[in-house]
Amino acid sequence: MSGPDQAPDAAAEADGNLPARLGEARLNAPVVRRGMFGVQDTPDTSGYGLLRVHEAPPLDSPRPYGSYFDEVADALGFSDAIERVVVDRGEITFHVRRERLPEVAAKLRDDPALRFELCSGVSGVHYPEEGGRELHAVYHMLSITHNRRVRLEVSVPDADPHVPSLVGVYPTCNWHERETWDFFGIVFDGHPGLTRIQMPDDWRGHPQRKDYPLGGIPVEYRGAKIPPPEERRHYQ
Amino acid sequence: MSAGHTPHAAAGATDAEAAEGRVYTISGEDWDEMVAAANEAGDFESGERIVINMGPQHPSTHGVLRLVLTLEGETVAEVRPAIGYLHTGIEKNMEYRTWTQGVTFCTRADYLMPIFNETAYCLAVERLLGIEDRIPERAQIIRVLMMELNRISSHLGGIAPMGLELGATTIYTQGARLRERTLDVLELITGLRMNHAFIRPGGVREDLPPGGLEAIGAFDDSAQRLMHELHTLIDANPIFVARNKGVAYLDLEGCMALGVTGPMLRATGLPWDLRKSQPYCGYETYDFDVQTTRTCDAYGRYLIRMDEIDESLKIIRQCCDRLAARGSLASDPVMISDAKIGWPAQLSLGPDGLGPSPQHIAHIMGQSMEALIHHFKLLTEGFRVPAGQAYAAIESPRGELGAHVVSDGGTRPYRVHLRDPSFTHLQSVAAMCEGGFVADLIPAIASIDPVMGGVDR
Repeated sequence: MSGPDQAPDAAAEADGNLPARLGEARLNAPVVRRGMFGVQDTPDTSGYGLLRVHEAPPLDSPRPYGSYFDEVADALGFSDAIERVVVDRGEITFHVRRERLPEVAAKLRDDPALRFELCSGVSGVHYPEEGGRELHAVYHMLSITHNRRVRLEVSVPDADPHVPSLVGVYPTCNWHERETWDFFGIVFDGHPGLTRIQMPDDWRGHPQRKDYPLGGIPVEYRGAKIPPPEERRHYQ
Repeated sequence: MSAGHTPHAAAGATDAEAAEGRVYTISGEDWDEMVAAANEAGDFESGERIVINMGPQHPSTHGVLRLVLTLEGETVAEVRPAIGYLHTGIEKNMEYRTWTQGVTFCTRADYLMPIFNETAYCLAVERLLGIEDRIPERAQIIRVLMMELNRISSHLGGIAPMGLELGATTIYTQGARLRERTLDVLELITGLRMNHAFIRPGGVREDLPPGGLEAIGAFDDSAQRLMHELHTLIDANPIFVARNKGVAYLDLEGCMALGVTGPMLRATGLPWDLRKSQPYCGYETYDFDVQTTRTCDAYGRYLIRMDEIDESLKIIRQCCDRLAARGSLASDPVMISDAKIGWPAQLSLGPDGLGPSPQHIAHIMGQSMEALIHHFKLLTEGFRVPAGQAYAAIESPRGELGAHVVSDGGTRPYRVHLRDPSFTHLQSVAAMCEGGFVADLIPAIASIDPVMGGVDR
């Protein structure tokens, strides 16, 4: 796409793409991690203690996306409803504004050029670090007509975890949305009966959120004390 | 039913609840008594609906499935499946183990198709790692071989209880007989009948043991004979046919809306099989056919499962031929040759249990410092997976099994979600059974072949 003969202002663009400049821009982003090995309480002797990792900007893939993705994106349209598009590892993800989700899904299902007849359900993901968009609902769509897959992703803040239900478009989402409500606390507005599905009805909390306490006690095994999962050593 | 044949309030029902209607307690083999009592009380004549709780401990519900049935006489007016009795937090547990250890957990999700759970998860991890093209050919063949063996055992685990739940114990014992032989082969190769933890990111745990190919060959011979016996026993069995033909009707439109895939979808005539349409593990190089019928009913699903077993045997034969034509292990690894990812693959039995082979130990302890460091880092910390998400879907015996795997760049999965076909398909019970007879509910559920380990995870 960006061959040397295509760029009219090659000098200026090359200047902006200098690695040093790109790095500088990232320095203003908040720091998400310090050090290399997750050492916190003890002195760091690795020499990596001053390492600072800044928050990466949200991904937004440029056109062309490659494969059948451009065709799907063109047929889908909805430039105002889709915040950004990420093409990664041969899969395409449309980040959709939550209020427009049913509209986008209905077009994905009905448009002859799209025909994503099958929804493989909802998968929730909790990113407590992402302020204002902590909870994600991820939908995988499959088109049997065209033999294609796309992914829709909706992100909502923890304080207002409402996503419109897709049961009206894809009835298969019924149980999947109940499961995502059960495990992540995402409320699917318009769902015919949003109750817990895996956990008991009177359960407190949503167990697959990252801030859900696991509890547990140390267990002795062959003379060694194995701490509960949350207190075990882990590597960043 | 309780003593004295008189309806009584079940323990725990409050006066207010009992006042809403009569409560019968049924404990088995006392259905006639309940019907007689209800007749006596005039429940049927007055158009009363009877709400029945079936399960979670019930022999025909395929595990701990609970169904809340509303009956009008013998007709099912409403059926509401209730699940969650086998929820074990597999997805959450995987977030606290390394990527390779995750296999040990997800294999236990749908315990009738452990190899498929492992493969779906590993394919997603491999896509995240960007090593999809670098998996050794031998590992891919072994994966296909294991998946097809597992498909046979899983299909038989669906067909055999289908007969048992209709009261035909011979169908069960004959089906279980072949299933046991399949499990024997799986045990010979992996050491375990179920929960194998055999497929790993980057390849498989070990090569076939000595004599493995011969054992599969012997299994193939007996399987063909036993399959023939099963066909003659079941295919035209008047009771089996009467109970299954035209029962649990779900057409293509219903399948699409409810996300139903696998044999249930192929029973509507749509030849959709991910092994053909979106091949993985080299399935495009094998010769096999996608089985379909156009009956949309429980009997069609049974036929498809039987035919798929024959197709699986065909694929297994091709795998064995390919493995036999290949060289010995040294030149033909079963694990990716990447020191940062490849776990020690060829295990051997030592005095303190199964572990790395003496050659591997000699290599890391005596020859290569780097190999020792890699070994130590891999087994304590595990490998890092670049941040991102991937969805890998494979054709499991029950339908599309997807693994949605998210990484934050660390040594443990950030989130793993298994899109389990049993979970999705159980939603269709209401669509298939409401308005039908209560007796048809049993073959309907058996034809879905749900496994509660996968439903509840």
